[in-house]
Amino acid sequence: MPWTKVFLSKDEMERTLAQPGLRAITYCDAILEAQRQAMETDGRVFLMGEGVDDPGGIFGTTLGLVDLFGKDRVMDIPLAENGMTGVAVGAAAAGMKPVFIHMRNDFLPMCMDQLVNHAAKWFYMTGGRVNIPLVVRAIIGRGWGSAAQHSQAFHSLFTHIPGLKVVMPATPYDAKGLFFAALDDGNPVMFIEHRWAFGSVGYVPEEIYRVPIGTGIVRRHGTDVTVVAISQMVYEAMAAAAQAEEDGIDIEVVEPRTLKPLDQEVILSSVRKTGRLIIADVACRTGSVAAEIACRVCEAEPEILKAPVRRVCFPDAPTPAGPTLEQAYYPDSSSILEAVRDLVAENRAFRKPIQRSS
Amino acid sequence: MSDLKQPGHMDTQLLMDLYRTMIKIRRFEEKIIDVYGVQDMKTPVHLCIGQEAVAAGVCANLGTDDYLFTNHRGHGHCLAKGMSPASLYAEFYGRTNGCARGKGGSMHPVDPDLGILGTSAIVGGVIPLAVGAALAAKLQDTQRVAVAFFGDGASDEGAFHESLLFASLKELPVVLVCENNFYAVNSPISARQPDDSIVRFAGSYRIPGVQIDGTDVLAVHGAARTAVDRARAGEGPTLLECRLYRWRGHVGPECDYPKGCRPKEELEQWMERCPINNFTRFLLERGVTTERGMERVRNEIDATLDEALCLARQSPFPAGEEASAGVYYERA
Repeated sequence: MPWTKVFLSKDEMERTLAQPGLRAITYCDAILEAQRQAMETDGRVFLMGEGVDDPGGIFGTTLGLVDLFGKDRVMDIPLAENGMTGVAVGAAAAGMKPVFIHMRNDFLPMCMDQLVNHAAKWFYMTGGRVNIPLVVRAIIGRGWGSAAQHSQAFHSLFTHIPGLKVVMPATPYDAKGLFFAALDDGNPVMFIEHRWAFGSVGYVPEEIYRVPIGTGIVRRHGTDVTVVAISQMVYEAMAAAAQAEEDGIDIEVVEPRTLKPLDQEVILSSVRKTGRLIIADVACRTGSVAAEIACRVCEAEPEILKAPVRRVCFPDAPTPAGPTLEQAYYPDSSSILEAVRDLVAENRAFRKPIQRSS
Repeated sequence: MSDLKQPGHMDTQLLMDLYRTMIKIRRFEEKIIDVYGVQDMKTPVHLCIGQEAVAAGVCANLGTDDYLFTNHRGHGHCLAKGMSPASLYAEFYGRTNGCARGKGGSMHPVDPDLGILGTSAIVGGVIPLAVGAALAAKLQDTQRVAVAFFGDGASDEGAFHESLLFASLKELPVVLVCENNFYAVNSPISARQPDDSIVRFAGSYRIPGVQIDGTDVLAVHGAARTAVDRARAGEGPTLLECRLYRWRGHVGPECDYPKGCRPKEELEQWMERCPINNFTRFLLERGVTTERGMERVRNEIDATLDEALCLARQSPFPAGEEASAGVYYERA
């Protein structure tokens, strides 16, 4: 299916899409188009964020929208992240559908009171009488010395909060489809993007469509090892799979796409087949979604594992600035490949699966 | 501001409504004190006895469609906006007939049909929500006004300042009502701010600010009317600082001076300025009503509240499964 395809090169993309005449656009343009169409078709939708109407247009994702919709609906705001999140929550409670945009995930900790104590709790705490249809877009930065306060990812924190949903598109198709799903969901949805995915190109239909929240996808079918890859790690996992093929190891790449709710079944059914699980995430290791996924599998069906679970995550350290330190800090396809090789080798040493008592 | 006090400008109906609302709030809270010792109303209560004039005076200027956001000490505001005492009491008892089906308790009243879109017990938390609702009203081109009630403690918070900044910037139809009772839990304002006047902040954000005696229901009513009219006319927000005193402790039914939280003399001075007694004297002096007339009002309200308490206690508890249900909105 062209819309499930992850392209690692432009050549591959052109071979696959250009021939059948399918439209290919970038992840960035997919988000831009989704927001434009959302505002064209729904008067309740408006964008707010620091610099949403500036010449850079949030790395291109809001470019030109202020000319189409005006400053009320493409609203530059004061640097008052928590208060403005509350403004978005109040507007949502009163019938609007705000999209609050942060250029970096690192600004989200300033919004925590309104996200955690207010947006997330509102529907439950009001006994289901007032819901908060809010999309919070936040982009994970990486590289060029972005350092400790411009390259963090907090999706794991948000999955811990009942009442929030967390989606993390990696491909252009999912970026647009999940945006519409998030916008129509009626709950506060954290829409976490990765700056390094912005240039990726893929098939994106012009019409409005939705990728259901809570459905993962198998990006590459394989038999030996399951790599659950989150966000930009999908690209690293696909590259690792291509390399592993040369060693005769067949990797299955599974992308959850949404972390809360999590499609546990797509992961379990893959691990049932491969017996080996690696989780690759764009965040620190401890208390992570990667840990949660490992736990879900161990809790649900421990007997399907032929080898210990492995995580390929960032170290439990803030992001460094200098290029050599960055290089050492970030896991990539070779880190995944190394974990894959270890697991396949370790299989021999791993003791027989325990039988479930029930 | 207080032309209601001038002879010839007496709106008897309005004056009696203000009286009725204050009595309703006072008695509503006193009945909680009466039953609280039984320990079956398992929710922390933050009583607003002594602060009734603000709820009554402000809300008398609001329509059903106008938005109201309040805080943990919000029973009075919600009653003044028209909330059913039974739905509040039932909520405090954790029952299904409660306004939030037992999920919110005393600190989170809600009634969307009355524009009460939810209540936050995080200090300052609802101020931006009220500003957001005002933004929605403006974007939707309605005539709705939003009101936020909060205490002096909230003006310590960034959310207060961020909200005033944005409300002023966009000239939003919102009235920010600070009930300055000079304490955040037991911390006096002198330990928290260099000045006990909250209205001083209005100037920094270039919005009108009015400091009012929060025990004078007519003063509150007059200032709130100007602020609400201004908001409705699209002229932007107003900050009202209503200076008053909370008679009971921060939380729970008791007075807090025996624990040494605040001086007894301070409470006694403020009790002499009881908003209800003062207004009662005013009504009698002006011949708006009689002792008997007022007694009739009090008896009616008492009967209504007793019935509400009774209904609340008869309402069933929610099933245990509801504890983990209703976390997410689901499209029908």
